[in-house]
Amino acid sequence: MIEVRNLSKHFGDKKAVDGISFTANDGEILGFLGPNGAGKSTTMNILTGYISSTEGEAIIDGNDILKNPVKAKASIGYLPEQPPLYMDMTVKEYLNFIYDLKKCTLPRNTHIADICRLVKIDNVYKRVIKNLSKGYKQRVGLAQALVGNPNVLILDEPTVGLDPSQIIEIRTLIKKLGRNHTVVLSSHILSEVQAICDKIVVINQGRIVADDTAENLSSSLSGEHKLSVKIDGPSKEVKELIESIPGVKSVTLIAERESYSEFSIESDENTDIRRELFSRMAGRNWYIIELKTSELSLEDIFLRLTMGEKIELKGGKRQ
Amino acid sequence: MTAIFRREFVSYFTSPIGYVFLAIFYCAAGFFFTLSSIQQGTTELNTVFSMMMFVLIVLIPILTMRTFSEEKKNKTEQCLLTAPVTLGAIVFGKFLAAFLVYAMGVLITLVFAVVVAAISTPDWLLVFGNILGLILLGSAFISVGVFVSSLTENQVVSAVLSFAIMVILYLFSAIASIIPVDFIARIFTSLSFLDRYNGFTYGSFDLSNILFFVSVTAAFLFFTVRVLEKRRWS
Ligand SMILES: Nc1ncnc2c1ncn2[C@@H]1O[C@H](COP(=O)(O)OP(=O)(O)O)[C@@H](O)[C@H]1O
Ligand SMILES: [Mg+2]
Repeated sequence: MIEVRNLSKHFGDKKAVDGISFTANDGEILGFLGPNGAGKSTTMNILTGYISSTEGEAIIDGNDILKNPVKAKASIGYLPEQPPLYMDMTVKEYLNFIYDLKKCTLPRNTHIADICRLVKIDNVYKRVIKNLSKGYKQRVGLAQALVGNPNVLILDEPTVGLDPSQIIEIRTLIKKLGRNHTVVLSSHILSEVQAICDKIVVINQGRIVADDTAENLSSSLSGEHKLSVKIDGPSKEVKELIESIPGVKSVTLIAERESYSEFSIESDENTDIRRELFSRMAGRNWYIIELKTSELSLEDIFLRLTMGEKIELKGGKRQ
Repeated sequence: MTAIFRREFVSYFTSPIGYVFLAIFYCAAGFFFTLSSIQQGTTELNTVFSMMMFVLIVLIPILTMRTFSEEKKNKTEQCLLTAPVTLGAIVFGKFLAAFLVYAMGVLITLVFAVVVAAISTPDWLLVFGNILGLILLGSAFISVGVFVSSLTENQVVSAVLSFAIMVILYLFSAIASIIPVDFIARIFTSLSFLDRYNGFTYGSFDLSNILFFVSVTAAFLFFTVRVLEKRRWS
C-alpha cells in the first residue's frame, strides 16, 4: 500500500511536483497519467527514495520513505524510466547481484528462475546485457524490480520503446502482477492506463488534475449525454420523431446514406432515451442499425483537464 | 555491502582498468626496485617506497575515476540508491573493492623484499613499516578519488581532478615552507601526506601517522556519503 500526502519537489524555482496526494491499495494498479514533463518520474523517484521530497510524505507499507528508508525500500521494486542495467554483466550475474543487493532470503535459484520465466528472459539468461535488444533490456529491468518479490511495484513508463506485441505482453504481465502487488505505473499513453489500471491519477505540471476510476472519470466529466445512432428510415421524419421524445435537447443529422441516416442526439443528463427511441422507431417500422453512446473518452477528458489548467494559468498571468 | 563490493571488484577485471592499474603498478615498482636496489647494490628498499608516492598519485585516479561517475552516467546508481542498503554501505563497499585491487598491487613489494632476502637480510621491520605506510597512503588517496568521482559523471574530469588534488596534497610540505605565518605553516606541515608517509619509509611506526591516514580515509568516505545524500535533496 502506498500513501502519498501533499508531496512537493522543487528544483530551484521550478515546482516539478506540487502538492500531490493519492493512495494505492493492495492488489490495485494505479495509473499515473500525464504528458512529458508532468512530474511522473520525479514523483516515482521520491516514492522509491532516489530523491527526497521538498515537502510532504510518502508512506510505503507503513514505512515513511524518509524516516525509515531501508525498511520502506525493502518492500519496493522499482523500474526507473531508464532501466538501471550494468551493461558488462550477463543477465545471470546481474540478477544475482540484485538478489544479493536486496538481501533476499527466498531460495536463490528457483526464485530467479521463476522471475526469468515470468518475464520471458530465460533464453537470454547467459547473455551479456549490452548485446540485448531494447525489449529484452526492458524486461531485464522489470525482472530486477521483481527480485525479492516486493509488495509494491513502481514502474516508470514500462512499455516505452517496445514494439506492439511486446507492449501487449508486458501489459498482460503487469495486469497479472497487479493481482497480488500494489502497482503504480506511469504513462503518457491514455489507452495504456485505460487498458491496465483500476485507478487513474491524471497529473499535469506537477499537479493532480483528476483522480478516480477510469469509468467514473469519463461519466463524471462528460456532463452531457450524447448518442450516435444510425437509422434506416426517411431522415426528415425520423429526425422529427426523435425530437419529439421527452428529454431530447437537440438532434443533428450527420450523414445520409442510401440505406440509413446517421444522427447525433444530445439529451438531458438525467434521462436515458434509448428505450423510448427503440420503441418509437419500432412502432414506425424504422430500423435502428447502430446505437452507441459517445461519452467522452479519457482522451477528451485529458484534453479538457489540461486545457482547463492552461486557461487558468493564462488568466493568472493577465491579472 | 558485500554485494556491492563483490560486483565492483569483479568489474575491475571485466574492464581493462584493473589490469592496467596492476600492470603499471608492477612495472613502476619493479623499475624503481631495479634502479635503486639492484643497480646501486643496496638492500635498502626505502627509496623504492618513497618513489611509490608518485606512482600512486598517477595511478589511483585511474583506479577510482569511475567509481560513482559511471553509475551516475548510466543511471545504475538508481538501482543502488533505491535498494534497501544505507549510503554508508554503498560507499564503503566501493571503497573496499578499489582498496583490494590496490592491495594486490602493493603485495609485489613483498616479493622484492623476498628477493633481497635471498641475497642478504633485509630489515624486516623496515619493510613492514614501508608496506604499512604504502597501504595507508593508498587508502587515503583512494578515498579522495572515490569522493571526487561522486562529484562528476565524467570519468576524465574525475581522474584529472583527483590527480590535481593529490598533487596539492603532496605539495603541502613545500607550501608550508613558503608560508611566512608560522601557525598556518604548521597546519600545512601537520597535514602533509609526504612528511607523514616518509616517516614510514624510515621504518617508524608513529601512531599519530597511522591515525592520520585512517582519519583522512574515513573523512573522505564520509564526505562522499554527504555528497550522495545532498544530491537527493537538490
Ligand atoms: N534534476 C532535475 N533538475 C531540474 N529540473 C528537473 C530535474 N528533474 C526533472 N526536472 C523537471 O521537472 C519536470 C518534471 O519532470 P519529470 O518528472 O521527469 O516528468 P515526466 O516523467 O512526467 O515526463 C520537468 O519539467 C523537468 O524538466
Ligand atoms: Mg518521465
